[in-house]
Amino acid sequence: MPVQMTQREVMVVEFCQVHYSFKHRPLLFDLSFTIHRGETLMLLGRSGCGKTTLLRLINHLLTPTAGEIRVEGVSTQQWNPIHLRRRIGYVIQEVGLFPHFTIEQNIGIVPRLEKWNPTRIRSRVYELLDLVGLDPDRFARRYPHELSGGQRQRVGVARALAADPPLLLMDEPFGALDPITRVELQREFKHLQQQLGKTVVFVTHDTREAVTLGSRIGLMQAGRLVELATPELFERSQHPEAQAFLNTQK
Amino acid sequence: MDFLTRYADEILQRTGEHITLVLTATAIAILIGIPLGILITRKPQFKSVILGFVNVLQTIPSLALFGFLLPIPVIGGIGARTAIVALVLYSLLPIVRNTYVGIVSVDPAIREAGRGMGMSDRQLLLQVELPLALGVILAGVRLAAVIGIGLATIAAAVGAGGLGTFIFRGVAVVDNQLILAGAVPAALLALAADWGLGWVERRLTVKK
Repeated sequence: MPVQMTQREVMVVEFCQVHYSFKHRPLLFDLSFTIHRGETLMLLGRSGCGKTTLLRLINHLLTPTAGEIRVEGVSTQQWNPIHLRRRIGYVIQEVGLFPHFTIEQNIGIVPRLEKWNPTRIRSRVYELLDLVGLDPDRFARRYPHELSGGQRQRVGVARALAADPPLLLMDEPFGALDPITRVELQREFKHLQQQLGKTVVFVTHDTREAVTLGSRIGLMQAGRLVELATPELFERSQHPEAQAFLNTQK
Repeated sequence: MDFLTRYADEILQRTGEHITLVLTATAIAILIGIPLGILITRKPQFKSVILGFVNVLQTIPSLALFGFLLPIPVIGGIGARTAIVALVLYSLLPIVRNTYVGIVSVDPAIREAGRGMGMSDRQLLLQVELPLALGVILAGVRLAAVIGIGLATIAAAVGAGGLGTFIFRGVAVVDNQLILAGAVPAALLALAADWGLGWVERRLTVKK
């Protein structure tokens, strides 16, 4: 029994021989790996290699064609999808803030869906705005269109963290930002991650981002996971695709 | 001037009838059209059937539509009921189409974020898609109302009253003043509706 408990605590997400096809076109092949509690797994790969598809399988926005994905020991197909998604923070490149909601309302979406009382939602929103480096008194009542791209993505991260989910999925969250803002947000994210210790799955096509932010790097190529290693080992990988990505840094 | 003092009462009465016809028809068209528009965003297999049907309705000449409806029991017959049914049928196209277009043109990233946060389809529709589509839906309602005010003048032909009564009577007795007594208020009504609903539409459209 104690052994089983530890296993459960260590493995947050487990892929078991997962295949995924869309309209008879296979996109992901035979994925089997586990994501451990508290790690930041960077999924690195070219556009169209299946990184985003893999991410969307975890919160059951997609259903695997074969095999299963277990989140906290339970298959995503057995989870109530609504409950599952409310336990998983989701950050996307386009942010997807609701334009008719204030920043405060945007960050409070999941707590409101979870029927927290308004006082608790407000204090949580203010706490989160502080955490992502936005002055609550200045930003809470603004609308998304009044914010810069970097500020919007900070709100996107705060929104994903609102109900304190144990797992965070991030799909190229800093991909659309200018290089200076991007580095700034990467640095803050790293700091935040040290503070919060969430389990994070982070999709990127930027080798530097993968190496600096990740505790492990999963390299994907044409729907397969071809390498899974710590940044140190990844930098010594002999796999041609890994070499190709490492060369982009030189 | 003499004419106006003589007819003022009747002009007011006919304008009242006219507004009642259009308001009733537009309200019914909204109650039918918006749910139909939502339905075809959820069940795309019904899209071509429903949009095709409301499209065909719109192509029937209005006087012919009144003619078709007259002999039908329950909904037809001489009077306001036939006119309202015809106006509803005409108003459906802009309302159904704009509801559909308004919802499907919501930024996919917003929908993805909503679903990813664990919103149910109903929550997504009521809290996100409909509020964001509201401006486009209201543009459809505005179009429906303006077209309705014009068409309602023909309703006098089936005995539904309204400002068309003056026009038909004026044509029959070759009296331009009588024709204008119907045409001018009808035109003013259409302009007022267009302006008023346009204002509401701008107020409720979400800034991107």
